[in-house]
Parts: sequence; structure tokens; C-alpha cells
Amino acid sequence: MVETTVPATDTPAAAVRNPLARLGPFLGLLGVIVVFALLTDTPDQYLSIRNFRIVVAQTVIVALGAIGMTMIMVSGGIDLSVGSVIALTGVVTAIALRDGLDPLLSVLLGVAAGGVVGVVNGLLVTRLKVIPFIATLGTLGMARGVAKWIAGQQTVNVPPTWVNELAVTFPDPEWLIVAPGVWLTAALAVLAALILRFTVFGRRVFAIGSNEAAARACGIPVDRLKIWIYGLAGLLFGLSGVMQMSRLRQGDPTVAIGTELDVIAAVVIGGGSLNGGVGTILGSMIGATIMAVLRNGSQQMGWPNYVQEIIIGAIIVVAVAIDGWRSRRG
Amino acid sequence: MSLLAIEGIRKRFGPTVALDGVSFDLRPGEVHALIGENGAGKSTLMNILAGALRPDEGRMQLDGEPYQPASPLEASRRGVALIHQELSLCPHLTVAENILLGREPSRWGVFRRSEARALAFDVLRSFSHPELKPDRLVGELPLAAQQVVEICRAVASRARIVLMDEPTSSLQRDDVDHLFALIRRLRSEGLGIIYISHFLEEVRAIADRFTVLRDGRSVATGPIESATNEQLVTHMVGRSVDQLFPERRPRPAGEVVLDVVDLVAPPVVRSASFTLRRGEILGIAGLMGSGRTEMARALFGLAPVASGRIRIAASDSLLNATPAARIQQRVGYLSEDRKGEGLALPMSVADNLMLTGFGSCTRRGWLDLAAQRRQARKWIDALGVRTRTPDQPVRTLSGGNQQKVALGRLLHQDADILLLDEPTRGVDIGSKAQIYEIVADAAGRDKAVLLISSYLPELFGLCDQLAVMSRGRLSDSRPIDEWTPEGVLHVAVDAMSA
Repeated sequence: MVETTVPATDTPAAAVRNPLARLGPFLGLLGVIVVFALLTDTPDQYLSIRNFRIVVAQTVIVALGAIGMTMIMVSGGIDLSVGSVIALTGVVTAIALRDGLDPLLSVLLGVAAGGVVGVVNGLLVTRLKVIPFIATLGTLGMARGVAKWIAGQQTVNVPPTWVNELAVTFPDPEWLIVAPGVWLTAALAVLAALILRFTVFGRRVFAIGSNEAAARACGIPVDRLKIWIYGLAGLLFGLSGVMQMSRLRQGDPTVAIGTELDVIAAVVIGGGSLNGGVGTILGSMIGATIMAVLRNGSQQMGWPNYVQEIIIGAIIVVAVAIDGWRSRRG
Repeated sequence: MSLLAIEGIRKRFGPTVALDGVSFDLRPGEVHALIGENGAGKSTLMNILAGALRPDEGRMQLDGEPYQPASPLEASRRGVALIHQELSLCPHLTVAENILLGREPSRWGVFRRSEARALAFDVLRSFSHPELKPDRLVGELPLAAQQVVEICRAVASRARIVLMDEPTSSLQRDDVDHLFALIRRLRSEGLGIIYISHFLEEVRAIADRFTVLRDGRSVATGPIESATNEQLVTHMVGRSVDQLFPERRPRPAGEVVLDVVDLVAPPVVRSASFTLRRGEILGIAGLMGSGRTEMARALFGLAPVASGRIRIAASDSLLNATPAARIQQRVGYLSEDRKGEGLALPMSVADNLMLTGFGSCTRRGWLDLAAQRRQARKWIDALGVRTRTPDQPVRTLSGGNQQKVALGRLLHQDADILLLDEPTRGVDIGSKAQIYEIVADAAGRDKAVLLISSYLPELFGLCDQLAVMSRGRLSDSRPIDEWTPEGVLHVAVDAMSA
């Protein structure tokens, strides 16, 4: 029956307009880079491979979080516990390393801890029927508390292992160009994008965010899928925590406060919607990069921290406003 | 042999009895109309059949086997598909993805796009909707095309019983014809179709047999040719129609309080002129989407006015005033969307009654709660609102009682001009009669009433004057005695004669 003559994808509406819409964040990124290249006195330094490495290494933590957050937000949810989960999983990894566990096992433990918090979020949302904003606000507090508790309210120092090299700015061997963590993030981003786009699971994530009642009425196991979504995202947040620990070379239970907002901002700048049904991994990755470029550029210009904060805040609002304006006109 | 037989179905929600003994049967290759007033229990019954709700009592049989669907999924596996009144599509997914939602073709979890497209195309082929391509995003399609997608979903699921809940409510004439052609095709293929509607003409055009629901009970059933419209209506309301409306007392027409000339409110309202006098009920008929609601919203400042003239109480008024300013000018508006716009559902009956008129129970900005409760109680008694206390959340009231609260707000506000948009939508028959009385009583006390309604008997039973909205143009208003239902419909569907 597949042989039935099917008209080729009708290009007019769907195909032409969408790429243009998707180009938006990309143009934004390009714009930010160009602006800084023009502002700086040393454009060749700013555009150097060295600075590129600095930017991508700084992006990893938010980017990994944004992969998970994109899935959650496309399904119509939100997760505020990201920052706390990063701290908790970093501490878990650090303690495992300190106690002499195998580095790989330690990393997996950290990632798994993130997955556990994610599944808890999913259960709160589906079984207790607490709205995601509140449920994850709760786990934000709980995960942070547990992190401080198991760390004994202090940083956990780790012995030198390869884990500490995961997210370094200048990798060894040099032919890697960027740190293994960056490659891993890119690979996971590609994988997640493929899953969202080409699997039944991915399409159902969109269906839930687009119209949950319809998805339910069509027999989609919405609750089970949500637990999966929060759980998978939790694994990514856990990996993000491992990267955070790797960069600090210690487990710090007070780190990454407010990182969830950076992660949400990355998704939103990348075209994701808080109302669900909309969002792409590529867009979110660009969103994360835009923020890292802004931070890096501001540092290069010697601007104080508060200037970065003001600019990033403004960018978020402008990105969403443009998006809304475009869809109203669209 | 019947395809589906149901017997003695009962369902209650807390204290409210939604279904109180429903029985009927559906044969293969038949369109069976379920007719009844809003609130008669049609939608509850549909949800039970589709597995979204479970009955408290009663038996259902599908092909002679017991049928007790625990979920929509199980219902769909047994071949029962529900097409909702409110479309249940995912706007961000494509046509093909929507049609195959929940049963996507896949291998190793990978969505097989080309196969999905082919399957969808197979189903879509029979519809003459050019914009329906499998790869279009559903959110970009017009409403009628979206409805076709929903129907395709039912067809693609190989349903043997299709439940249609007011499927024409968002369709234009041409699309209704398409839909009917499709229904006939499904019927000829041996499917059983349960068709819910309260438009009798529509039911006559498409159904083979009917069952009337009233107050949660099935009260009559039979071949559609065997019953006249009058008989059907009598079954639906449980008494003859003329008893429903308060006796009309001839009132001397008072002074003009609202004078609207050439009102234009894009994109829908193209031209509306009328005058409204004290003691008068002016009915506005018209199809859904003709611009009736938009006109009322524009008058009340909820939508922008482009041009025209509005005179309130003999003085020129701003074209674009805020709702607050209109309330000051003693205009009151009852929204057709009670849940979305009319009431603050979680708030108490008393708060909802006072929302536009807290002034009567405040001193220097502080609420006098005792006074508020006292005044609320006065309205609750006067309007016959069934609530235990004034503090009860409006959400917990039945539709009819909610509507009485919404109307009570306009009365408490002491509006002189009442803009009522579908005041009896989704209201049980008993409350309907009470609402008619409240409206007639208001007119008797020299209020001016603009009554928008889709229900012609209501307009003919209540109004002094009537005008018809058609594609954004309002006809001249004429005394009700000069109109016939046929005449109203004629103007409503034919823009030229307006």
C-alpha cells in the first residue's frame, strides 16, 4: 500500500516558511558575533580558534541542560530543578571519586542521580497531579538540600582522573580541538534531535505538548511518556552536573544556583515555547551558544558582570517578542 | 441485530444526575440521531460510549458482547471513535501525524513518515479539500478542513461506530454538504453513526432514526419520518413550547437609550445600525460567526471599533470606550463564554455577583463582607439560584445556576442596557424558563435588552423587535410579529437580502 501515489511534500507553506523561522536564532547568533567582532579592538583574537574553544567549553553545561529542557518544554512542561540537580549530581560524582570508585562508575552514578530526580519529577507531575512548575520548584529545594547534606555542607575535593579533563578548555591531545565533553554534547544533541523528529516517541512528545487531551483521547499513554521525558531529561541534567564538577575539579553543593533559568532562556531564545508543541534541539543549542558568546564577549570587552546580565535579560525578551510577532503575522 | 445496544445507563457527578436511565440501540448502516436540549446529557453519554467516563449503572453491548471500555484506547480498539465538538487535534503536528496519532506506523520505534503519508493520503483522497495535504500543519488549516482531519482519524482507525458530537457547529454550508456526503458513505459501508445535534433540520436531512434525551433520560425513539418537528420539540422540552415563555405584556416603548449607526468593527462586523429603547427586548438572530457576538463585544469595548456612531442615553459616546467606561454608562454585558469570560469560576457566588458593582458594599475601599453577603443573598433568592451559601465557589453550581449568577451581576450593577449573548446556552430547561422570566422582568422594569440567540423559539417567544445579522451586516429591525422563522433563516443565510 506504500506504493500509492503520494504527492511530493508540497513546498509552499510548510517547507519555505519553516526554514526561515528556524534561521531566526542562527541569525541572532551571527549578529551577536559580528557586533562583538566590530566592538573589540582585537577582532583577530576574538575570532580566534582559541576563543572559540573557550566559548564552547563554557556552553557545555547549559547546552546539555537545554537538550533535556527542550524535550520537557515541547511536551508542555517545565523543570526548575536543573540547577539543584547539577549541584547534586556533581557532588555525587565527586564523592564517588573521592571514595576511590572507578571514574566511569562515578560518572554513571552522577548521571543516574539526575535520572532519579527526573523520574521523581515525572511521578509528582503525573501521579500527584502537581503542575510541573510547582513540582519542580519543590525538587529544586529538595535536591539542593540533599546535595548539601551528603557533601557535609562543604566542597568535595576529587583526586585527579580523566573526569577532570572532560570539559577543559584546551584538550589533550590537541587534535581533539575541543574537549571530549563538547563532542559528547554535540553527539547527544544530534541524537536527541533525531529522536524528536524521527521516532514515534518524539512525535508523541510534540502531540502531548500540542494538545494533551487529544493525545490522551487517541490512546497515547501520556502519563508514562511524561515520566520518561522527565527521566531522560534528568539524565542529561546529571551529565551536565558531571561537567560542572569536572570544570571546578570539585563537587560544590552551592554551585549552579539559577542555572535552570539560563537553560530555559536557551530554549526560549532558540524558538521553544512555554506553551508546548514548539521547539527544536538545534534552536536550543544556538540559544545556549548565544548566551555563552554574550558572556565571553562582555568579558573580552572588560564589561562588568551586571552589563552581561542586563543584555542577556533583554535578549530573552526581544527573542520571544520577535517570535510572537512573527507567529501573529505568519 | 444491533451493533450497539445500551440499556438503563445512569451517571451522576456528585449531587448532579447527568444520566438517569438511557436506552437505545444502533444498527449497522444507520445514522442514529441523539437529540436533546443542552444539558440533556448527550455529551456525557458520548463520553461514556467513548470510554472517557464510566457509567454508574446500566449495560452496554457491542456486537452482542459486553462493552465496558475502561479508556479511550480500549474504546478505539473495539472500533468506537468519537469526533468531538471541540476539535481535538494537535495544531503543531501534520495532517498525517494527526490522522495516525496513537497508532503511528513505525519500525524499531522510528516513525515511518512515507508510510504514514501514504496511509493518510489513502483516507484523504475521498475528500475534496484542496488544502488537505498530508504534510500540512494542522494549525494552518481552516476549521472545516480540521474537522475533516478528525473524521479521517476515525476512518483510519477502522472504526465501526462513529460518534459525532455536533459536528456541524463550526462548518459553513458547503462543508456541511461534504460532511453529509461522507456520513452517507460511511453508512453505506455498514458503519453505525451516532449523530448528536439539536438542529432538527439537520437531523432530518441525515438521520434514519432518532432518540430524544431529556434531563438524562431517553424519552422517545423511532424512525425520523414518523415524527413531526413539533413532536420532537415537545419531547425535547417536555412541555409544549409556548409554556416556556412568560406571557408577553404589551409595554409602551420608552425613550431610546442606545442608538448605533453604521458600526464597523473589523474584521467581522461590517455594518450595524439599530436603536434600543427602554422596556424593549431587541433580538439579534444570525448564524454562528455572522458577527453577532463581535458586535456586542465591540459595543462593550472588548473589541476595537473602526467607525460608526454610538449614542448612549441620548448623548454621543466614544466609539472605543473601555468596558469600565461602558459600565459607568450603565451598559452590562453577558458573555456567551460563561466559563472563559463570564464568571470567575473559583470565586464565590457573592463575589461573582458583585464583580462589576462592589461599590454597594464598600466603605473607603474596604469591603463590608456582611453587607456583601446580605446583598448577594437577596439576588440568590430573587433569581432562584440553587446554592447552599453565597460563599460557595461558582464552579460548583450547575450551568443554569451559574448563568443566573452571571445575569444577576448585570442586575446588581443596575445596568440600563443589557447586552445578553446566548444567555441560555448550556442551560437546563428549568433554568431556561427562569432566565426568560428574569429577562422579561428586566424589560418590564424599563431596562433595554439586546438578546443575541441562535435559538429561534427563544427569540420569537421573548423579543419585541428582531434584527438578523448576516456576514457582518445587521438587517433593519422589525417588530417580531412581522417576522417568520423562515424569513429569519432566509436573511441569515443570504447576505444579499440583508
